[in-house]
Amino acid sequence: MRIEGKGLKQERRVYSVSELTEDIKVLLENTFPEVWVEGELSNFSQSQSGHIYFSLKDINSSLRCVFFRGLNQGLKFSLKDGLHCLAYGRLIVYAPSGQYQLNVQKLEPKGAGALQLAFEQLKEKLAKEGLFAAAHKRALPLFPLRIGLITSPVGAAIQDILNILRRRAPFVKIILNPVKVQGSGAAEEISRAIVEFNQYKEVDVLIVARGGGSLEDLWAFNEEIVARAIYNSKIPLISAVGHEIDWTIADLVSDLRAPTPSAAAELVVKQKEDLSLELGHLLQSMNASVNNKLKILSKELLTLKGAYVLKYPLNFIQIYLQRIDELQHRLALETKHLLETSQHRFIHLTEKLNVLSPLNVLSRGYSITFKLPEMNVLTDSSQINVSDKIQTRLKSGKVFSEVLNKEEFQNG
Amino acid sequence: MAEIKFEEALKKLEKIVSDLEAGKLSLDESLKKYEEGVRLVAACSKLLEQAQKKVEVLTKKEGIFQLKPLEDEEIAKNTD
Repeated sequence: MRIEGKGLKQERRVYSVSELTEDIKVLLENTFPEVWVEGELSNFSQSQSGHIYFSLKDINSSLRCVFFRGLNQGLKFSLKDGLHCLAYGRLIVYAPSGQYQLNVQKLEPKGAGALQLAFEQLKEKLAKEGLFAAAHKRALPLFPLRIGLITSPVGAAIQDILNILRRRAPFVKIILNPVKVQGSGAAEEISRAIVEFNQYKEVDVLIVARGGGSLEDLWAFNEEIVARAIYNSKIPLISAVGHEIDWTIADLVSDLRAPTPSAAAELVVKQKEDLSLELGHLLQSMNASVNNKLKILSKELLTLKGAYVLKYPLNFIQIYLQRIDELQHRLALETKHLLETSQHRFIHLTEKLNVLSPLNVLSRGYSITFKLPEMNVLTDSSQINVSDKIQTRLKSGKVFSEVLNKEEFQNG
Repeated sequence: MAEIKFEEALKKLEKIVSDLEAGKLSLDESLKKYEEGVRLVAACSKLLEQAQKKVEVLTKKEGIFQLKPLEDEEIAKNTD
């Protein structure tokens, strides 16, 4: 720019870059000490050191923003390009590059609140990882005797739970791991308590509880660290946070969500009266079965006692005696019969033998001749020679002779 | 006293009852089971009758867990 036609006295005001930048800085930073800006997030990046850089833009313009680590750590939701945001901070001129930027102190999503958004984002992330899966949910013990309680030692929640447990199930042992249930460090305390109970092991079920409150008050139960501790717990866990309408991430991961702390106490134990009743029923069933068994057995015994054998034992023997008698009689009879038959047979055979006896033939005038001295029976004249001595057997008596002559018949 | 687990005891009891109801056991076995059942019922009933008066607080000292009673005064009301 040239300045002409003025007096020589009028000198040109020349700034050094630093001077000008310094003036602009003072002007800008004083004019906009703190400001809310609305726009769409773009060029989002996070450096190793944890600082977040992005631009807020609308149709015509763009504003560079820096969100330093110390400030952005409280951010509940995660940032990404396209997110419609409200940023609060101071305008700063960054001298080295002569650029201005917004040093962000607070960042909120437009529309839904920051916490609401954070809730939705974490819910989506954990759902994808399967932390809410029904398959992962542990079954609650039917009769827990030792209950681990994770809540504040002061407050309505613990009062409600203790009142109900003492009334319904005084036999249950309650072990408290006291924790902060809201504010900074609460989520860490809650998750550590869950881990500690899992190391301690001597409880049957866990209740994580907190009374009602705003979304901010309940926030610890929407923290990822709590969700993971619940997911990793080996001990079944009931969540009981806030009122019926309040759903937290902890509720989604837990094995059972009770609408209120009181409800958790009611859900976790059976009433003493119910249990006593159940025991009574079992005892009754046992009694009935054993009585029945005894009844059946004594009935059997009675039947046996009434049996004929036991009632008239002599009759039983008499039957056998009679039978022996009978058999004896039959034996005698059979023997006699056998004897008679044999006798008849003998006589018959004797007669038959008689008929066949050679002596019988002799009586009819025949005789038998033997050659002496061999006493061979002679049937053919060729068996003998003249002068041989022979013996003739008659019916009665013997005759000794000498052969005078012999005559042979021709064969035929 | 050996600590019995209510849940296990109840399961055992149910088994005993169903065994007895099946009626296949000898008298001797039945009576033995019955005796055990009555013992379990008594143990369970006793367990229900015992009242835990104090809430205990889990504390960890040098890596060792300890239980100490929580006094009622420590549970203040309406300070949530």
